[in-house]
Amino acid sequence: MAEAQQQPRKLPYVAAITDGVREVLKEQDNAFVIGEDVAGAGSVYGYYKGLLEEFGPDRIYDTPISEEGIMGVGVGAAATGCRPIVDLMFMDFIGECMDEIANQLAKMRYMFGGHARLPVTVLTMAGAGASLAAQHSQSLEAWLCHLPGLKVVMPSTPYDAKGLIIAAARDDNPVFVVLNKVSLAMTGEVPEGAYEVPIGQAAVLREGRDYTIVATGRMVHEALKAAEQLAELGLDTEVIDPRTLQPFDTATVVDSVRRTHRVMIVHEAVRHGGIGAEIAATIQEEAFDYLDAPVARVGAPFSPVPFSPALEAHYVPDAERIVAEAKRQLGL
Amino acid sequence: MTRAIADDILLDLHRRMVRIRLFEETAGRLMEDGKIPGALHLYVGQEAVAAGVMVHLSNDDWITSTHRGHGHLIAKGGAFDRMFAELYGKATGYCKGKGGSMHICNMELGMLGANGIVGGGPPIAVGAAFSNRFRKTDRVACTFFGDGASNEGAFHEAANMAGLYKLPVVFVCENNGYGEFTAQSNHQAIVDVADRAAGYGMPGVVVDGMDAIAVYEAAGEAIERARRGEGPTLLECKTYRFFDHVGVRGMGLAYRSDDEVAYWRTRDPIPRLEQQLAEQDILSTEAAMAVHAEVTREVEAGVRFAEESPLPDPSALLEDVYA
Ligand SMILES: Cc1ncc(C[n+]2csc(CCOP(=O)(O)OP(=O)(O)O)c2C)c(N)n1
Ligand SMILES: [Mg+2]
Repeated sequence: MAEAQQQPRKLPYVAAITDGVREVLKEQDNAFVIGEDVAGAGSVYGYYKGLLEEFGPDRIYDTPISEEGIMGVGVGAAATGCRPIVDLMFMDFIGECMDEIANQLAKMRYMFGGHARLPVTVLTMAGAGASLAAQHSQSLEAWLCHLPGLKVVMPSTPYDAKGLIIAAARDDNPVFVVLNKVSLAMTGEVPEGAYEVPIGQAAVLREGRDYTIVATGRMVHEALKAAEQLAELGLDTEVIDPRTLQPFDTATVVDSVRRTHRVMIVHEAVRHGGIGAEIAATIQEEAFDYLDAPVARVGAPFSPVPFSPALEAHYVPDAERIVAEAKRQLGL
Repeated sequence: MTRAIADDILLDLHRRMVRIRLFEETAGRLMEDGKIPGALHLYVGQEAVAAGVMVHLSNDDWITSTHRGHGHLIAKGGAFDRMFAELYGKATGYCKGKGGSMHICNMELGMLGANGIVGGGPPIAVGAAFSNRFRKTDRVACTFFGDGASNEGAFHEAANMAGLYKLPVVFVCENNGYGEFTAQSNHQAIVDVADRAAGYGMPGVVVDGMDAIAVYEAAGEAIERARRGEGPTLLECKTYRFFDHVGVRGMGLAYRSDDEVAYWRTRDPIPRLEQQLAEQDILSTEAAMAVHAEVTREVEAGVRFAEESPLPDPSALLEDVYA
């Protein structure tokens, strides 16, 4: 009989989320999932499907539509010994629970002189491109990165989704896992069992000598497409996915810029005041003498997310816009 | 019926309900056929609530709506061409294609928008009621919200302020038994949302939301009370959505039984009113059918208008961010 060839297992992003949460529930007896329509329905995007059956109603809870209350349960339960996984269905609903996040969750440990531990993992769905209009499409990760005390990760692949969820749940700090709704069907390699994608560690997804693109979330894939096109123009392009926005892997990005001398930052969030501004500032602080061109940024325009697909297509950045901006930046 | 209602009001109630039903059935089909982008939360089954309240309001009275907002706009006089155009994301839509189903609005009709945020409406309605009083008008505000929304802090803060200031606002809770896929018994420990009124110093009234005449009468009292300056009311209408949470068939989750849906369909508010009106010789079966036929033509014309309308120009993207 021929040797059974071990094929790497491929899963869609949505199932990788499930797999990550499953590993956490197996590994941590004091972890539970709580949120709107997470148990019976398995979430509106289906990423908790099967967990109620597998772990029972003591480990996964449907709640009323009460985001502030839900986040408060996360804070209070974490401070007293649990490791909650809080589901915030759409990132836009952060408004409903921002006090719990900004004034309680992020600051409690510090205000208490270090006498509290808040191991809360928040899973939330961001991203435009699904014609869901202004209140169901936002990428608000910059709001979170502005709050000392929180960690923020943004998985762009199924592998990272699972690994970052596990790392987040093992972390003793509040960690927001910002997921992307348009990526849910995207497939990729996802090993069985528990593994971590370390928080604070970027991934170099494509190496290049001439140009660096730092892209977050779904924009990573647009950046990789753009890198192909730029290669045809003779620009050997490196693509870096920070994966964690807070704490940020400055070393990996700065090291790349010192070699390539030119850099662009791409994110789906509104460009103005986005995390790209912080990254650009860091680059000029750390690598000013190495830069041969101003740091470029691509992000959404300064408007709410429009409903009409005809407008939304011009809203969300894509490979074409990245290439155009690179040409402008470099005078190509 | 406790008091005689003029025939023209009954006919008006009927037409408003039929307009909602036929618009929504077509919109649902168009969404599931992929012609309308995004997500539609359809109002079919709940028509008696929107119609029964809106018959009492003029264009100067404000309403706030929900994610399930088409019915509210239609009952307030929304035009099908502009509405379908909005759902299609066309430049001729009520929001120039920028809002879509979840933000559809018409300020001239006194409709302060559908809302993608559950519980988003009540505080805004309290603000509109405050404004009505501040500007010394006798106008009222009505805020529609679901059983699920009654668990949001925003609802409670709004209700408390309305009770405290005795504002001219009516809180219309459309209790359809579910917030998405979670049954009411799994999201709150009470049966009647109207019980919550006691905590805010306002009357709480429960009415059969599948009975247009009952809603009409109860809403009339609450709205008159508000107009007289006697303060808010929490009016809970027990109702049901016949379609899934999103779309018609939706996600196909088994969160409610076929028997339950079938039972509520026997309580369909439209045939019920039609029967009542036929018995009283106010609207014959033929005349009712004529209303359906007329509205069907209105739906067809609306869809045609939407399909023939232009998409917004990309230059519109940055318009209307600021005044
Ligand atoms: C603040 C907020 N939380 C959650 C959601 C997701 N969501 C949309 S509709 C809905 C259920 C609302 O239930 P209910 O208020 O009873 O209205 P119904 O859908 O039954 O008309 C939920 C949870 C949302 N849109 N906004
Ligand atoms: Mg409901």
